[in-house]
Amino acid sequence: MLLGSIFAILFYLATVIFLVGLGERILRYSRTPAPLVIPTTPAPTTRTGVCARIFREVVFFESLFKGSKWSWLFGWLFHFGMLVALMRHLRYFTEPVWSWVILIQWAGVYAGIAMFLGLAGLWLRRLMVDRIRYISAPSDHLMLALLLAIAGSGLAMKYGQHTDIVSVKAFALGLVRFDWQPLPSDGLLILHLSFVLVLMLIFPFSKLLHAPGVFFSPTRNMRDTPREHRHVAPWANDPPRSSSE
Amino acid sequence: MSRHGRMIHRGQVANRGEGSRTMAKIEFETPALKDWLSTPAVQRDAMAHSKPFVAKPAHQEPLGFPGELVDNWQEVALEKMGDLLGRYRSLQVFMDSCVKCGACTDKCHYYLGTGDPKNMPVARQDLMRKVYRRYFTLAGKWFPKLVGAVELSEDVINDWYSYYHQCSECRRCSVYCPYGIDTAEITMAGREILATIGVGQKYSNEIIGKVHKIGNNLGLPEPALADTLEGLEEEVEEDINVPVKFPLDQKGADVLLVTPSADFFAEPHVDGLIGYAKVFHQAGISWTLSSYASEAANFGIFIGNYENMQKVAERIRQAALDLGVKRIVVGECGHAWRVAYSFWNTLIGPFDFLDPAYPVPQHICEFTNDLLASGGLKIDPEANDDKVVTFHDSCNVSRGSRLGSTPGGQFTIPRNLIRSACNHFVDMAPDTIHEHTFCCGGGGGLLTDDLIELRVKGALPRAQALQQVIESHGVTHMAAICAICKSQFSKVLPHYGMGMDMIISVHQLIGDALVFNSDH
Repeated sequence: MLLGSIFAILFYLATVIFLVGLGERILRYSRTPAPLVIPTTPAPTTRTGVCARIFREVVFFESLFKGSKWSWLFGWLFHFGMLVALMRHLRYFTEPVWSWVILIQWAGVYAGIAMFLGLAGLWLRRLMVDRIRYISAPSDHLMLALLLAIAGSGLAMKYGQHTDIVSVKAFALGLVRFDWQPLPSDGLLILHLSFVLVLMLIFPFSKLLHAPGVFFSPTRNMRDTPREHRHVAPWANDPPRSSSE
Repeated sequence: MSRHGRMIHRGQVANRGEGSRTMAKIEFETPALKDWLSTPAVQRDAMAHSKPFVAKPAHQEPLGFPGELVDNWQEVALEKMGDLLGRYRSLQVFMDSCVKCGACTDKCHYYLGTGDPKNMPVARQDLMRKVYRRYFTLAGKWFPKLVGAVELSEDVINDWYSYYHQCSECRRCSVYCPYGIDTAEITMAGREILATIGVGQKYSNEIIGKVHKIGNNLGLPEPALADTLEGLEEEVEEDINVPVKFPLDQKGADVLLVTPSADFFAEPHVDGLIGYAKVFHQAGISWTLSSYASEAANFGIFIGNYENMQKVAERIRQAALDLGVKRIVVGECGHAWRVAYSFWNTLIGPFDFLDPAYPVPQHICEFTNDLLASGGLKIDPEANDDKVVTFHDSCNVSRGSRLGSTPGGQFTIPRNLIRSACNHFVDMAPDTIHEHTFCCGGGGGLLTDDLIELRVKGALPRAQALQQVIESHGVTHMAAICAICKSQFSKVLPHYGMGMDMIISVHQLIGDALVFNSDH
């Protein structure tokens, strides 16, 4: 029960830091003015068009596809593998389990593998290509290591050393219902959860901020209508004008 | 503090550049053209020596910047960075968002031409991002080594001065970035911070000062301009026996034409100006130039300074009011068009005193294209049968603005004009045109002789693509709609074994193809 309580406290703490940190950034991004119209053109002229552009960016990684096919492939595998794997994990937090979550259980396993392979590909690229090696800080390598460790420990529990998922589910439901339950003292599970905690903690303070950032990027979310609409920032003034002329 | 001050003293940074002017010629090798464009291996510090001349107090002060490096430069720089982070969402979001995916690393023409890793867009951004992280993020304050955060040292400032003047703000990297990070925004912020601590760039700041004082980049006063335009009238009448006018300060004209001052003098620009005048003449639309606002270029964008950009633009609004025109048309100039199209309405609008039937501002290519569509021009493309023409999309028109009423008009309209005036047109490789176009290598305030090595090397990707269509299609000319592109290519194409007169104005093709004999 001690282990369960420690992890319960840590998860609440991590969740608060994650939400408050992320909220602070989102608030900052939304409050900072974009004083000039700077979409990368050709750009849509309507709000619907802008939404479609951002949708393509977020779902298909449109710009990255133009930029680098390998990064696109690995990046897309990783992100959507992670998304589906995360959705698969909802079964630990819901009772009864939502029907669509049951439906995607099989896919979630492949998604975990896709996530692992995508991350491995990204890391290989970071190590092998001289240009990308040059721009990598230690944190860029560690971030991939952390995500690989999360995916790896998860897959290891699925295919190697199984954990007591009934107890895990009781623990997870306990978190949601504020009714703490014990956590199995299983090495792989502890590692898996610890890595996830670290990821949540560093999210608002790291390059993971690209997740909210992509929605606030002025080159992507502005309309190409500068001739039709004036776009004046709150801090901008009219130029000094002489009335004599 | 004095140690810091000494290390990056204005005079010292300058000495390096000024010294090389006296040393015969800057020695460098022009990159060889191959069959295709290859990505070079990383060559650390290959261009670390490249620095433009530093602005003197006389260039700094009229723009509202300190004349020389201020004593507490570190403090001032960080304060300015904080100020810009709070004023520009682009900067704030871009500083946080980069994941170092590497998609941009092989996209910058300056990296492709030099192999210097700090010319990779992400690395150029990181010159500022590592300082941002150190002073503005928890991760960088607590674990600087881990996240690659560093103090704002004199070495960092020197790197900024060097590499923020190896970016032409062309936005090519922003096309491929999954977060739309536009290095131009960061370069602009970097230059603004540098100018704010007293280390501005001579070329851009001197020119902005001339516009503030006289009205154009050349510092050309009204009598000289009037004289030049008179000369052009004589020249054209002699040439085609039609009294084409080049009106100056004509009150009550319908159209105020604002064009880069290079159009008044430089080759091949002036043939473009003659082309505009012929179009106006044949269309029978009254127009005028202004001696007060005799410049479309706005180098305020290059140094990233809102107030200077606004002040330069305001002259044009004033001229339009004084002359009582109904429309404003802008001549062939890339960054000028970006400022005019994307920023004017914001900076100096609203334009409620102009005729609402026309877009404000209107590009000369839109103007001519509309006339062609309505049958208002008589044009015979056979006049250009001696040419096989390709088109160089200018970066600021392609990725920072638009022509026409639908997205992508910036690609179709100039090509439509060329095809109307010319029977032989061919495009360069698809990954080098439209939104993928390469900068000429001289944009963004780098069109100065103290950066000639950078300019030649940065032109490699375009020269490579041009070489291909010369070999495959016998291309004889490359048309452009940007004064900087035209000046740059005239200067650097010979380094690649191509003629300086290959580069021409789109409106030269138009002007040469207009048929006048039925009028007179």
